[in-house]
Amino acid sequence: MITTTPSKLESILAAGHFAVTSECGPPRSCEGTVVDEKARLVGPYVDVINVTDNQTAVVRMSSLASCIRIKQLGFEPVLQMTTRDRNRIGLQSDLLGAGAFGINNVLCLTGDHQRFGDHPSAANVFDLDSTQLIQTVRQMRDEGKLLSGYEMNVPPKMFIGAAENPFADPFEIRVLRLAKKVAAGAQFIQTQCIYNMDKFKLWMQQIVERGLHEKVSILAGITPMKSIGMARYMKAKVPGMDVPDDVIKRLQGVPKDKVAAEGINIAVEQIQELKECPGVRGFHVMAIEWEEKVPEIVERAGLYPRPKVD
Amino acid sequence: MTYPSNIRIVKVPCTGRVAIIHLMKAIEKGADGVFVAGCMEGDCHFQAGNLRANKRVAYVRELLQSIGMEPDRVAMYNLSSGEGPRFAEICREMTDKIRQLGPNPVRVQGARKAEAA
Amino acid sequence: MIMAKPKPTEEIIREIKDFDNILVAGCNGCVAVCEAGGLKEVEILASALRMYFANQQKKIEIGEVSLTRQCDKEYLAEIKDRIGGYDAVVSIACGAGVQFMAEMYSKMRVFPGVDTCFIGATEEKGVWSERCQACGTCILASTGGICPVARCSKRILNGPCGGSSNGKCEIDKEVPCGWQLIYERLKELGELKRFEEPTPAKDWLTSRDGGPRRLIKEVSQI
Repeated sequence: MITTTPSKLESILAAGHFAVTSECGPPRSCEGTVVDEKARLVGPYVDVINVTDNQTAVVRMSSLASCIRIKQLGFEPVLQMTTRDRNRIGLQSDLLGAGAFGINNVLCLTGDHQRFGDHPSAANVFDLDSTQLIQTVRQMRDEGKLLSGYEMNVPPKMFIGAAENPFADPFEIRVLRLAKKVAAGAQFIQTQCIYNMDKFKLWMQQIVERGLHEKVSILAGITPMKSIGMARYMKAKVPGMDVPDDVIKRLQGVPKDKVAAEGINIAVEQIQELKECPGVRGFHVMAIEWEEKVPEIVERAGLYPRPKVD
Repeated sequence: MTYPSNIRIVKVPCTGRVAIIHLMKAIEKGADGVFVAGCMEGDCHFQAGNLRANKRVAYVRELLQSIGMEPDRVAMYNLSSGEGPRFAEICREMTDKIRQLGPNPVRVQGARKAEAA
Repeated sequence: MIMAKPKPTEEIIREIKDFDNILVAGCNGCVAVCEAGGLKEVEILASALRMYFANQQKKIEIGEVSLTRQCDKEYLAEIKDRIGGYDAVVSIACGAGVQFMAEMYSKMRVFPGVDTCFIGATEEKGVWSERCQACGTCILASTGGICPVARCSKRILNGPCGGSSNGKCEIDKEVPCGWQLIYERLKELGELKRFEEPTPAKDWLTSRDGGPRRLIKEVSQI
């Protein structure tokens, strides 16, 4: 199969396997070793590792720096980039930097508003939005040109991803928006974590109806619930999150010391179920501050060992 | 009906006619206190005049507080026009409250200045 | 209209407390509409300041005036004979008015009495909201008359983002999602195909990002 970049993620998908990705949240300090430990923990169990970019507008070690560390350990990173903190000059500059270190995956995001973070009085940038960033990366890769038209000697070879939230409103527009990102150049999608399976499947159905699943690889977002508190928090406080009451009830139905394990069970069951869902090409396992559970989830879901591709 | 002789009444067709500046000027010009007596809530002959007055009184109270004056010098009361005894009671209540606060500091300073001159 | 809100009185007092003659100058334009800087507000502020300084036993004259506008020198000129009698001016016009006042009467201390907030419109009496960011390249034709630069918290042009929920923006339940509004309007107008084409990056040169702006209409110049 044809690939557009040296990305391992692209190769795995092109070969027809389910892809498995996970996420690493960098530390709020200069401790690079924190990144290294997380990467070593999940690395053997996934194809690529995402590094978040000042997630929820909270200052963390930069995604680019963390990706470089991960690359140097021998794993493959996905550079997440939000358009909240950097303008087109800064973004393209970071893409060149990423390319210089052989980073071949980028996830283009708009980013949470800075009011959520620890520096709410910061000026936000939003020079570009996620769709325009996708267009920019594609132009850099395929035409070898910056947005200004300048021709680079060595352009970055990025496999381009975007995020989509099947649970945000308006629901009918989510598929239209995905189509727009695909038209802009998105090649893989990582979705927001799924708890409302029915709504997700409805969204996938509409994507398949439009034939979008053949143009873009959809990776379903899976996050295990660690506690009932976490489930409630996500239901009430996280924008665009859809946590049905059944999920909370299920966690409440087990003894307190078994809740975390039940959360893992739910995650594994979700993966098994979604393997059968047409259009789902892989899983993005986000175990926030619980990275040590990723190996178990991947194994129990029957996705280990990861296939090898050239 | 008897009410204290220290009350100066300003009649308006509806307390909705009372503007923020009227309350400010009353205190600025030396009144020790000013209260707005409007109809019972829901009974305003002009729909919501007394509700507007209530908001304006609240605004002036906050403004007074911001310049270091006692907000209690300005107050809103609601009663029906037939309640003579209630009016007298309000007058007494307000008078007592203002007596506790003391004379309007604006007026006192003015008097001191006049003495000093 | 330009919408502003009164500064806290304490802040104004801090700036003027050492002067002996203050002129409170209002504007009958935008700030009168949003009830922050018109003649009524001049009177209220002047009264509050007099009371404060009387309590402090400080003798201070507080003058009052409200001009048709403070953003035109013809109107500012109306106080040129009077202004010499003051040490300082508290202008409760918008930022443009305060600056023009300060430019015209450059030897006078001019202090702002309001915080200028945004370009907007009156939703209902007492409620004003932002509608325009003065980006310099109006795109309202393609968004059903609703501006994503002003009404989307992230000013994205390919919205909505993943945080839009129940028609509200992720930052605040009181803030409508600009892109939900655009979507519904385009749907009503039968123009939903505008959603299919990605909108490319905006040229921000015509907005604040390009630097302070100036408009010249030659045919109008004398």
